[in-house]
Amino acid sequence: MKSYMIGFVLSIILTAIPFGLVMVPTLSKVATLWIVLVFAVVQVLVHLVYFLHLDRSAAQRNNVVAFAFAGLVIFLLVGLSVWIMFSIHTAMMAH
Amino acid sequence: MSNLVFEGAKGHDHGHDHAHDHHDAGEMKIFGFWIYLMTDCILFASIFAAYAVLVNNVAGGPSGHDIFELPYVLAETACLLLSSITYGFAMLAMHKGNKAGVLGWLFVTFLFGLGFIGMEINEFHMLISEGYGPNRSGFLSAFFTLVGTHGVHVTSGLIWMAVMMYQVQKHGLTPGNATRLSMLSLFWHFLDVVWICVFTVVYLMGTI
Repeated sequence: MKSYMIGFVLSIILTAIPFGLVMVPTLSKVATLWIVLVFAVVQVLVHLVYFLHLDRSAAQRNNVVAFAFAGLVIFLLVGLSVWIMFSIHTAMMAH
Repeated sequence: MSNLVFEGAKGHDHGHDHAHDHHDAGEMKIFGFWIYLMTDCILFASIFAAYAVLVNNVAGGPSGHDIFELPYVLAETACLLLSSITYGFAMLAMHKGNKAGVLGWLFVTFLFGLGFIGMEINEFHMLISEGYGPNRSGFLSAFFTLVGTHGVHVTSGLIWMAVMMYQVQKHGLTPGNATRLSMLSLFWHFLDVVWICVFTVVYLMGTI
């Protein structure tokens, strides 16, 4: 019960602030972008810990390892795809 | 269904030993489901990568800035977040063996999920009727694919939830049903995690 309520309250805060900053622009675009991205990463971690109950216990070890591997694959997949495609875009613009 | 009957019959013969075996088998099934979710993460990552590549290809049509309505997206987000916490309450009721509680919270979760999907279908309908369908530009193709894939997952979750409400109503909180409810819990919270990425990358970054 406690775990879900902590997760819920943190999620509300971590959702409200980025939406607020984008709906009522108060900071520069770059600052807003960074805050939005950082809050999303933190909220994903909050969900993993408080809703999906990932932790450092022995029972969760396999789940955490599988998640870490998926994280690596996602990083390579998204990071490299975007890098390659934008490099091609830039190279084609140059000609 | 046949699996449940089989497990029930076996449990009757072997008593306590079986309960222990079943616990391990249930844990293994849940771990297997977690592995499936990780592959689903990779599916979503591919679609996010495609979206990131295509987001600026608006072909003279609207960009995210022109078509996204953040208050509407915030309401969708609220539906999904509330449904996550109410599913958590259903799991807590399950651990206490409270069948009525499980059914009640599953029903509330189902309604929030249905609200989310209803709002999403309405959003798609509005966009398509304004001529901003997936065939309008690369950006809109990627947008409909990404948000639509998430929507299809939520719809599958709702069907699964309806089936689970029927199963719990009919058979009670058997070990088999407890395993299934735990897997649906992972699935449902996972979809909320994907939605965090969707509203951040698509709606918020598209509007900044």
